[in-house]
Amino acid sequence: MDRRATILEIIQAVSKKKLAPAADESLFDSGLLDSFALPDMLSALEESFGIKIPDSDLNPRKFDTIERIEQYLESRQ
Amino acid sequence: MAYIAAFGASVPERVVTNDELSARLGRPAEWIKNVSGIEERRHVAEESVTDLAYAAAQVCLENAGIEASSLAMILVSCSTSPRRFPGPASALAHRLGLTEIPAIDITVASAGSLVAMSLAADLADVRGPILVVGTEIMSRIVLTEPLDPSVCILFGDGAGACLIHPDKGRARILGSLIASDGNFSEDLRLEDSTFQMNGRSVILQASRKIPRVIAQLLDKHSLRASDIKTFLMHQANQNLMDRVADALHVERTRFFSNIARYGNTSSASMLIAAAEWWRESPAQSEGMPFCFAAFGAGFHWGALLAEAV
Repeated sequence: MDRRATILEIIQAVSKKKLAPAADESLFDSGLLDSFALPDMLSALEESFGIKIPDSDLNPRKFDTIERIEQYLESRQ
Repeated sequence: MAYIAAFGASVPERVVTNDELSARLGRPAEWIKNVSGIEERRHVAEESVTDLAYAAAQVCLENAGIEASSLAMILVSCSTSPRRFPGPASALAHRLGLTEIPAIDITVASAGSLVAMSLAADLADVRGPILVVGTEIMSRIVLTEPLDPSVCILFGDGAGACLIHPDKGRARILGSLIASDGNFSEDLRLEDSTFQMNGRSVILQASRKIPRVIAQLLDKHSLRASDIKTFLMHQANQNLMDRVADALHVERTRFFSNIARYGNTSSASMLIAAAEWWRESPAQSEGMPFCFAAFGAGFHWGALLAEAV
């Protein structure tokens, strides 16, 4: 499964919604994520991609869209 | 290591229900409960932070069975005093008839009582009995126009107190951990009377830092979260407390909660909760460990571990 598909799967799992947001669509504004789903999504990203996101990177804006999540994961490669 | 001799609390009489706020905000009362777990909160009429602190301190000293004249130090957590300085600590000392002991203000918002308890536990052996008070009037800050519905529903007013004694009490303090991280200091702040909160950032950081500091503290004392019967956490949001319980793999009911009745009273909340819990569960079995935890603006956070004696 490619990276984007994995991210989307995680978003759908934590939001419990089978929506497919555009890559540049805000996950918060679209109602897919709220304050309490965000930590779940980050934990799932860490597990799926084998990374540890440091507290200093825990800025919600970095994970607001699929594109931004991809950029963050890219920066951690 | 020091002891917890007693707790005390004081909240204003006026009850502000979700229905009352709902009418003012144009949001359903049920929405308020769903996003926060809060059903009502207390708001002051004319009282000051010192009035609330004095009332809580009196209850605490009475519960401890000691006179104010026995105190060696007072630490007051308050970030909502309308006066920049002096804070309410010296005024509280004066109200208690004390003019020769240090009375120090701590302005780290929600984690203030936890920070003060941690410092008092370290200082009590050297100084003597230390009264810790958290007193906050959030309503005068968050109910200023224009109202932010996502913020003003959360907060209430009140004060809590705790007496830390060097050699006697009903619980022995085993240890504490406190920490600060200024990376996100802009995300929760009160500046020029304007309250600013990036809720997503606060929840994200708190969701990680609170369970982690609790786990670190317990590990240091060779305890597991499942060994802790009661957690007394800053009453910020019921959903956050549930999340911390889940992260520690303990039942949510182990986290004492009174947020439904008082809302988030910032640094007062943890001690108000502790006072209620202690009053409702007076017969603690010897050796039963319990754990405090708080997180707030700064960000400042920490945990404190005690056991009943």
